[in-house]
Order: sequence, then C-alpha cells, then structure tokens
Amino acid sequence: MVPTQYYLVLSAILFGLGVAAFVFRRNVITIFMSIELMLNAVNLSFVAFSQSMPATNAHKLDGQLFVLFVIVVAAAEAAVGLGIIILTARNRQSLNVERVDLLKL
Amino acid sequence: MNGFISHLTSTLSEGTGFWVLTFIKILLLLFIVLTVNAYLTWFERKVVAHMQSRIGPHRVGPHGLLQPAADGLKFLFKEDVMPAGVDKFVYLLAPFLALTLSLASLAVIPFGPQPLPFPFFGHQINLWITNPDIGLLILFAITALGVYGVALAGWASNSKYPLLGGLRSSAQMVSYELALTMSVVGVVLMANSFSLTDIINQQDSSKYGFLGWNIIGIHSFTQVVGFLCFFISAIAETNRVPFDLPEAESELVAGFHTEYSSFKFAMFFIAEYTSMITVSALCTILFFGGWHSPFPAAPFWHFTHYLPSVTLLPFGLWVIYDGIKYETIWGRLVLPLIGAVITAIGAALLIFPAANEFIQAPFWLLGKVFFFLFFYVWARGTLPRFRYDQLMNIGWKLLLPVSIVNVIITAGVVLLRTKP
Amino acid sequence: MSAPLIIFFVLAALAVIGAVSLILQKHPIHSALSLIVVMVALAGLYLLMGAEFVAAVQIIVYGGAIMVLFVLVIMLLNAGEEERTDFSKLAKFGGLPLALALTGLLAAAMVRHGSSIPNLETPGALAPTGQLSTLLFTTFVYPFELTSFLILVAIMGALVLAQREKS
Repeated sequence: MVPTQYYLVLSAILFGLGVAAFVFRRNVITIFMSIELMLNAVNLSFVAFSQSMPATNAHKLDGQLFVLFVIVVAAAEAAVGLGIIILTARNRQSLNVERVDLLKL
Repeated sequence: MNGFISHLTSTLSEGTGFWVLTFIKILLLLFIVLTVNAYLTWFERKVVAHMQSRIGPHRVGPHGLLQPAADGLKFLFKEDVMPAGVDKFVYLLAPFLALTLSLASLAVIPFGPQPLPFPFFGHQINLWITNPDIGLLILFAITALGVYGVALAGWASNSKYPLLGGLRSSAQMVSYELALTMSVVGVVLMANSFSLTDIINQQDSSKYGFLGWNIIGIHSFTQVVGFLCFFISAIAETNRVPFDLPEAESELVAGFHTEYSSFKFAMFFIAEYTSMITVSALCTILFFGGWHSPFPAAPFWHFTHYLPSVTLLPFGLWVIYDGIKYETIWGRLVLPLIGAVITAIGAALLIFPAANEFIQAPFWLLGKVFFFLFFYVWARGTLPRFRYDQLMNIGWKLLLPVSIVNVIITAGVVLLRTKP
Repeated sequence: MSAPLIIFFVLAALAVIGAVSLILQKHPIHSALSLIVVMVALAGLYLLMGAEFVAAVQIIVYGGAIMVLFVLVIMLLNAGEEERTDFSKLAKFGGLPLALALTGLLAAAMVRHGSSIPNLETPGALAPTGQLSTLLFTTFVYPFELTSFLILVAIMGALVLAQREKS
C-alpha cells in the first residue's frame, strides 16, 4: 500500500521540473508544454488527497471532479494559446521566446 | 523432481497463477488474431475480386489460401529502406505505436459469458483477458492515442506527400472521434454502465429474441441512429473506404506510409486490419446483442441450438467435395483434409451437448463480427471515396449534431421509462 | 515491498524520466513525446489510486486531444531544433538553483506534514463513476455550466485567430 506522502512528493518533484523547463527552454511551444506539466502535477496531488479521505466523507470525490475541471480548462487554454503561438510565429518568423520580448516587431 | 512439481503447483494456485494464466491468454489471443488478420486480407482480396467479376488470388496454394503466407514472407525479405534525413527515433516509433495500440484494444473484448468448465490451477478461465468497469472508456482511450501513429509517421518521413497525408489523416481521425464517442452514449445510458459485459447483459434476448438488441431496443429505445453514426465514424477512424483519401493510391501516392517498406509497412497493415476487427466486435457488442442468439430462449426454440453444427457440417462436406475435384495435387490433398476437420468439429458439437451449449455464445458473437467484416469489405469493393472537404463536413456538420440529438432523445426516453 | 509499491515506483520513475527528458531534449517533438509519456504514467498512477474514470479522461482528453494539438502545431510550424542563445545570464545561473530550491521546499513541506494525512484503509478502492456524475450535476453544476461556456468562448477565440487577414 502506497502512503499518500509518496504521491505528494512526486507531485512536488514534477512541479519543480515543470518550473525548471519553463525557465530554461527557449522554444515557446516547449514553454507551453511545461505549463501543462505543472497542471498535471497539481492534478496528481488533487487525486492523492481525494483517495486519502475515508469513504464515509461526503467530499471524497471532490478532488477527482476538480481534476476534470482542470483538464477542461487546460484544453481550452491550449487551444487558444496555440492559436496565438501560430500567429506570433508567423509574424516574427521565429519560435524563440527571446525574440518576442518587444511589442514592436 | 516431485518436490519441484508440487512447489510449482502451489505457486500457480496463488496470485502468480493468475498472471501466468493471463500471459497464456494474451499469447493465444495474439496468435489467433494475427492469423485472422492474415486470412482477412485473403478474404478481402477474394470478395473484392468476385465483386469485380474476377477470381482473385488463385495460384498460391489451393484457392489462394497460402497467399497471406507468401505476402508475409515477401514483407520479411524486402529491402528495409530508411530515407535520408528522417528523425530515426520517431520514424521507428510510429508503426510500433500503431501496432501496439491496435492489438492492446483486444484485451477488453469479451468473447463469451461462461468460463471454461475446467480451472487453471484453481483460477477460473474466463473468455476474456480483462473485464474492467470502464471497458468502453479504455477502448476510446486507445482509439484516441491511435492518432499518434499516423501523425508521427507522416511527419517523420521527411517528405511532402506523407506529411500532407499524415496531417489530413490525423485531422480526420480527431474529428470523427467526437461523433464516435457521442453515438455510444445512448447505449451507455440504457445499460447504466461502461462495462462491456454489462452492456451485453442488458440486451437480454431470452424473451424477445433479437428484438432485445439495442438496434431495436424493445427494453428501452431503439439505437438505430446511434448505430449508423457509430459505424460511419468507425469506418472513418480506421481510414477505410470510403474515407481513405489520406492513403489513397491515386491521390497521395500512399499517404502517410509512403516511405515505409517491408516490415514497418506490414505493421501499419496489421494495425489497420486489427482495428477493423475491434470495431466490428464493438458494433456487435454495443448494438447487436453481443453473444445473444437472435432466437428467444423459450423451449420451443431449442432446436436453434443446433445451428452451429447445421452450418459447419454442410460447409465441411462441400469443402471435401470441392477438394476432391480440384485441379492441383496439393488442392486434392489439403482441401479434403480441411473439410474433414470442419465436418469433425460439426459432428462433435452434435455428439457432445455440453460443448454445444458452451459454443453457442462465442459462435453468435464471432458470426456477427464476421458479418460486419464482410460489410467492411463490401463497402471497399463498392463505394467511391469522399473528397476531403466532404469528409470533414460529414464529420462535423452531420454526424456530431445527429449523435448529440440521439443522446438527448435517448436520455428523455430512459428517464420516462425508468420507474422512480 | 508489496506489489502496489513496486508499481508506484515504476510509474513514478517513468514520470520523472519523462519530465527530465522534456527539459533536456533539443527538438520540440521529442519534448512533446516525453510529455505524453508523463501523462500516460500519471494515468497509470490514477488507476493505482482507484480513480479509473479520471485516468480514462486523462488519456482521452489530455493524451488524445491536447497533445495531438501540440504535435500538429509543431508539425505545421515546422519547428526545428532549438538554437542556442546567450541573452539571459540570470536564467542560466540562477534558474537551476532556484528551481531546485522550490522543489525542495515543496517536497520538505509534504514530507514533514505528510504523516498527518491519513492513508486509505482500503487502498485502490474504485471510485464509482455514477457517484461522480451525480456530484457533477448536483453540487458542481455551476462550475460545470461555466466550463462549458468557457469551452464555447475558447472555440470562438480559436476560430477568430485562425481566420485569414481580410485584405
């Protein structure tokens, strides 16, 4: 049987790795993917807390429902964000985030 | 030696025996499915040929029965070309992914309700590999991941036509996935569960026969619309005619698998035919009563239990008769042998009533799956293919709204019919 | 060393390897494939915890739709390998220690106070999907309707962004 702490520590490690990817990578699509990694880490801790509650608790399944909402919001954000990325890449001819740091072209 | 055997027996009757049994079942199912795949290609070539007033494979073995073996050997011995400039890891990953996902979806398909009458060291041998509570969702998850095989194959080939074919094909698969999942929600509402065995059990046909199947749905509501949406979306998902523009020979050379030769192309091929088998099995399970016979279970209809023997015996005798008069020597030797085996199985079913009762459920399931496979091949021989914009129009503007309306109406009828 | 613990360590190692590979790979398509590996490993962990519906939704929506969108965009934009730039020294030398510090802080907080979180008596008990859906439509109906509205807004936004310029 796996203690709940193990899941939470794994979630913390994944979140830290997501932050590291966000800081280090220069490609704007990879940075966007690191945001998805951070959201996944948070989902893991939601489900870990949900399964740690006793079955008699009325709020036991709330964590899993939150995960569904997080997934839906991530989907909506990915759709619009990738649209913006495509347009920006066409305008600036580059996917490097350091060339997109001025409002002027 | 005796100590070793008793130690083995005692280990196998505990938890590890379950894993060993599952492993054996997986190997057996893989072997059977790969053979069925090979002979499905033979069947397709023969049927399409007869529809076009020609004969089809004829020379390699009697009635062309060794043609799949010849094709397999050809695939193995062809030169394995890897184009320059490809991303090697993704290029090799794509067919592997497609094949693995196709074969993995067979793990949740149930083939019969009763376990085998003899246990395996104390473990019951069910006629399925696993029966999870969310079996249907697992099938959809595997279908959703199947897009990657096509998209990555198209991209990794470092060439224009495969890239276009791969992009078009993956866009088509993602569009029809929505209609696929929505058209099944009506069935799930009626069965109140995602488990495939629960869905089959809900279509209980013991009183009304085939009227209990979901396609007529005397227990709840007819799912004709759902079935049509599901079948059309499934043909589009598996990239078959009439939705095979992305891999059509006259349009895009060969679409996303242009740059794949020999065994890698064979992997895509096997993946496509295996997903055909999975979709046909899903159609029968969800809409056509699975393993239920179309006749009611009342004692008056008991004579229909002899249908397996009644179909196998004359077929075996006909194969023997055809083999005796065949042109080549091999045909005169092998065909009567095959016919004798089929006749023996038919006779054994008549002699042993216990085996006959056991074989009823798998017989009806496999018969219906065979009918749907024939329908797939029939569509391939008959229909022209859709243009890409027509294809996307059908997926988004026709099938998705129709399946959503089907869900709403089915939900309403189920609500009215359930007693509070 | 029980079987669930072994499965947990295998899946956790798979997830961490995928995440590290996301950072270290040069080509964005390899990063996308590593992220898919992470998501499938996390779906396996959800199954281990008994949340089977969430695991299926994770693979269908995240792995089968969102990541397909990422992969298609990478193919469309023909994203090549990353070029090496030397613009920001702060990110290069300050980034790794700070990220490690964040991870260490979170993990230490979990370990120190984690023993007060109760462990489940029946581990891996399956969460019934019917109960989830009842909860979704009774207690959580307001967030449900809001998220469906959010998806509609996202569809409209994506359509507007994809339009060609009217010249």
